[in-house]
Formats: sequence, structure tokens, C-alpha cells
Amino acid sequence: MDDFRALIVDDEEDFLETLVKRLHKRNIDTTGVASGEQALEIMKKKLFDVVILDVKMPGGMDGIEALREMKKIQPLAEVLLLTGHASVETSIEGMKLGAFDYLLKPIKLEELLVKLAQAFEKKDSHDQKIRSARIKELVRFPGRVLQQEKEEKS
Amino acid sequence: MKTSLYTNLQRKIIIITLVVSLAPLVILGATIYHQFAGMCEEKIDEQIRYRSRAQAEAVDLFLKERTAILCAMADTHTFNEMTDEGNLASIFEVMNTRAGAFVDLGVISNSGQHLAYVGPYALKGLNYYQQPWFDDVMSKGVFISNVYMGYRKSPHFIIAVRRQEGLNSWILRATIDPDVFGDIVRSAQVGKTGDAYIVDRKGVYQTCPRFKGDILTQSHLNTRVFGTGTTVIEERNVKGEETLYAGSWLKDNKWLLVISQGVAEEMTGLFATRIAEIVIIACGFLAIILATVLTTQMIIKRLRETDSRMNELNAQLVQSDKLAALGKMAAGVAHEINNPLAVILQKTGWMDDLLDEEEFRESENYQEYKESLGKIEDHVERARKVVHNMLGYARKMEPHLEDVDVNSTLTQTIDLLKNHALNNNIEITTELSDDLPIIASDQSQLQQVFLNLMTNAIDAIGSEGLIEITSREVDSFINVDITDNGPGIPEDKQKKVFDPFFTTKETGKGTGLGLWVSYDIIAKMEGSIRIKSEEGEGTTFTVEIPIVEPEKK
Repeated sequence: MDDFRALIVDDEEDFLETLVKRLHKRNIDTTGVASGEQALEIMKKKLFDVVILDVKMPGGMDGIEALREMKKIQPLAEVLLLTGHASVETSIEGMKLGAFDYLLKPIKLEELLVKLAQAFEKKDSHDQKIRSARIKELVRFPGRVLQQEKEEKS
Repeated sequence: MKTSLYTNLQRKIIIITLVVSLAPLVILGATIYHQFAGMCEEKIDEQIRYRSRAQAEAVDLFLKERTAILCAMADTHTFNEMTDEGNLASIFEVMNTRAGAFVDLGVISNSGQHLAYVGPYALKGLNYYQQPWFDDVMSKGVFISNVYMGYRKSPHFIIAVRRQEGLNSWILRATIDPDVFGDIVRSAQVGKTGDAYIVDRKGVYQTCPRFKGDILTQSHLNTRVFGTGTTVIEERNVKGEETLYAGSWLKDNKWLLVISQGVAEEMTGLFATRIAEIVIIACGFLAIILATVLTTQMIIKRLRETDSRMNELNAQLVQSDKLAALGKMAAGVAHEINNPLAVILQKTGWMDDLLDEEEFRESENYQEYKESLGKIEDHVERARKVVHNMLGYARKMEPHLEDVDVNSTLTQTIDLLKNHALNNNIEITTELSDDLPIIASDQSQLQQVFLNLMTNAIDAIGSEGLIEITSREVDSFINVDITDNGPGIPEDKQKKVFDPFFTTKETGKGTGLGLWVSYDIIAKMEGSIRIKSEEGEGTTFTVEIPIVEPEKK
């Protein structure tokens, strides 16, 4: 659970602010933004492990649209969908687009933490796999990897 | 109101059908009868006319024959031969042998003196000069008299012919046997009412009629209504009985042969026909009326059934429309409520977090705060449950198809509730069909529906009672009946049981959403839930689950 970075996207200011404070208190590096646009903006600069995304946000970018974009920017970040509306269609679409799970508001922090942990675990195991693959590659073909990195930087 | 509408309609259909079908029958019957009667009358008329003419001709022929033979005798014999009574007797015998019907024969001189006579009466020597017929014979040569009494005081008539023998003229006179003549005429009397007789121009009977009246008495007939040839007239007596009279003139229009016949007798054929026709028409009437009434009743019954089915369908449609609209509204409302609830929950959570900090922990009201926050959270939870139920927990997901054994789902659900039921002294009995097919459905959703219905049944009974659960296959559905012997639901409330927030339970105990959600779940599966309840008897909920065959794996 350490070094765990979460992004919360919700247009409900009071909710956002309180949730961020409470997660901070539990030593989770949390960033809160009020719209999909802001979320995408910040994701371009900073890597996150888990994103908590409100699906229904009146005005601005739709939650599903935001999810799609997020997956382009940070494919490895797990997304937890959150909504006050039990819309079947949205949930199915969200899951198809690679959301980790779907939560209904209001949700107790304890439950949210459990889900966050599960999401992080999944993300972490993904990371692990990638890391070990990279190490194997590096060990086997150090030259090729170095070459690749050089190309990426330039 | 509705019933009178149907009876009205029924009456109208029956009346119209009867009028339309019976009127032609009556008209047809009347026309045929009328035509037939006309034909019948015409035939009778024709017949009697023919008989009258034929009889008149026969009588005329009889007279002509007698006249001819008399003429022949007079012409072939001289006065001297005739006045010899021996001769006359032999001539008389010849005449009677050859022609017959002669009673006597006499020779009269031109001065009216009866010179010779053969016959049963003592008429010889009488003088006929004063007799009215004497002049007629002398002037016309041939004469046939009317019936008269004459010297012999009995009705008879004579035929007389004059013989001119040089300067001398004499008369040969014969009397016709009135019995023989009468018999000839009477031979035309037929049937019970038929009569045949002859009257003279004044209407005096020349032969004896069969009924009323006697020879030489005046008949009631007015001979002037009979024209030349044969005339048929119709008369009605005081009793209303009709009689036909056919009269033919004969003997140079001096005598009228009348044949009469009671119409009623001739019409017996017609009456029989009329009775047959009336019977046939009556049978037709009866058949038509019966058929009309029966078919109309059948139609009205069908109509009623269709109407009530339509009403039922309409009611169902209204119900599902209403519920769908409410569902949409609920989803909208849910969002609006869930967001503030989420904020409240987070805020209390935050306050709770802060309370754990040291400075607050030592505050004297720490416990109060803690408890209050706990209560707020509890009540947020309560509100959340209501909203979630309203949305229907199951509505989050489309029905998730899996192989479902309805019976085992029922048994599992019963197991869940068994203790609760036993605690309240409620017995749950089952009668599950053994050969229900495995269907493709959503087990957890079905279980939720069964749970809702069974919980309701237990709550309805309260304590001590019986719940019967049956399952069976009906057409392409599996029907599950859940019957309780609780107090039942009044009719006006039965329509509302599927409405959201409708509950008969105490405030706080039921959300009034169970049946609504159940209805929605089953409706999504394209099944239905029906309620049948009798106050004081209990309630039966019937769940119709469509049989969807699982995909072959």
C-alpha cells in the first residue's frame, strides 16, 4: 500500500475534497480533480496507480469518454468507476473499456479502501510482470535494450 | 351498466335478425297460399262450370231425342192410324222400347179433343182447347211444356208435336216420366253438398232439388243473374258457408240447369295444404328463433370474453407503462440523492477520522460525538438501502443467463426462510413438479423474487399459518404459486401492490419496493407476476417464468 498514487475525478467538490483529505490521512498519495479534462491533463505529467472516476458528470467530459482517453495515456493505471446512478449500460461499457470495477455511491471509505487495494494489487502484479520481462531482456540482450532506450530519448 | 349494454345489443341483434328472416318467410307463405287458393278456386269454378254445361247438354239431348222420336212417329203415321188405339198402343210400345221415359201417348184433334190415349190415366175425351200449350203447339209445331199438375194432379211435363196432314192438322202428345227425367238431372249431384236441379225462367223448380224445396215450388234463385251459356255465381248464407251455383240454359233458354256445390267441401284439399303450410312455417319460425337466440347468445358471450380479456390486457399495459415510467424517474432521483448521501457519508467519515486525534479524544463529549456520527452513518446507510432497492439491486446488471433449476432455487430460498417461519409457527409446504425443464435464466434474480414473495407471505400471516408453494409447467411457462392463508388483500389494494413504496407493513419495516422490483425482474425476463387474493382467505402470487432453453454446450 505504500507509494500508492491515486487520482480522484469527481465534480462534487465537497465529496472530492473530503475524500482526498481522508485518503491523505491514510497515507495515500491522492490527487483530486473536478473534471475529466483536468484529469487527463494531470495524467500526462504524473503517473497514477489507481483512478477513481465518477461516471456521470454534468457538463464537460463524460466519464466514459474520460476513461477511454485515460487508457490511452496510462494503460497500466487501474480505473474504479463510481456513480450515483445505477445505469446498466454505462457499467457494461466501462468494464469493456477496461475499468477495474464499478462502485455505487454512497460508499463507505472502508469498502473503497478494499477496492483500491485490490486494484493496486492488480496493477502491481502487472508492473511486476513487465519489470521481470524487462530484466530478462536486459540480461539477455543488454545491447539491444540500451540501443532502444537511446532511440527513445532522442 | 355494462351488462345492460350487452343485453341491449343482444336484443337488437335478435330483433333485427328475426325481422329480416321471418318477414320473407311470412310473405312467401302468404303469397304461396294466396296463389294456391286462387288456383284452387279457379279449378273448382272451372269444374262446376264444366259439369253444369255437360249436364245441361245431356238433358237437352234427352229432350231432343224424345222430341225427335215423337216427330218421327207423327210424320210416319196418318191421323186414322193414330186414332186407332190398338195402333197407338203398339207405337207407344215401340217408342218406349227405343227411347223410353214416356208415360203416356195421346192424339188430339185440331179442336183440342183427346181422341186416342195410351197410358195409365183416364184422359181420353178431355178437351185441351183451353190449355195454354195447345196454341203453342198449333202455332210452333213442337212444344215442350214446363212441369205442371194438369188433369192428372201430379207434376209432369209433356212434349207435343203437330202433324199437318193435308188440310187436317192433329197433335201427338207424350208425357215424360218425371222420375226418369229427375234421375237424369240428379245424376249430377255429387258429394255431401252437391245438388243439381232445373228451374224455369221464374225460378220454379222443374225437378226436385236434393235439399230444401220441392218440385213446382219457388226457389230462391234469381234466374236473371244467369246469362247465356254457363254462369257461375257465389253465395254466402247466414252461417258464412259459401255455395257455388253454376247455371246453364237449355230448352231454348226456358229452363236453367243449376248445379250447386258447397265451397268448403271442395276446398278441403286447400285447407289441408293450409294446415301443412302453417305447420311448416311454424316449424321454420321456431327453428329460426331458436337458432337466432342461440347464436346471438354465443356471439355476445364471445364478445364479453374478448372484452374482458381486452380490459385485462389494457390494465396490464397500463400497469407496466406506469411501472416503466416510475422506474425511469426513480433512476433519475437516485442519482440526485446518492450524490448528497455520498458527501454526507464522507463528511461524517472525516469528522470521525478527526475525532480520533488526541485533542478531541480527551474532550468530554467525545462519546456523544462518536455516537452521533455513528447514527448519521447508520441513517445514510438506511437511505442508501432505500434508493438501492428502488433501483433494484438486480437492475444494475442485465439478467445473466445460466442454467437454472427452478425447483432447487425454490428449495434454497425456502431453506433461507425456514427458521424465520418456524419461529412464527408458520409451516411451509411444497408441491413441486418433478419434470420441470432446466431453463436459461438468472438464478440470483429469481431467488430475489421468491425471497420477496415468501417474506411477504410470512409477514402477511404474522404468526401461525401455512404457506404452500407449487411449481408446474404450463404451456411455455413455469408457474410458481406462492399461497398464504393470511388475511388477504382487499380488492382496491390489489392493483397497487406492485407500485413502488406501496406497503401494508409498519413504517420503517417495509420499503414497499420488494414487489415492484420483483415485478420488474420478471417483466425483464418476459414473464409476469399475478396476484389473486380473497379477503379472509389468503393470497396467491403466481410467477410465470418463460421457459427459455439453455444453449447447448
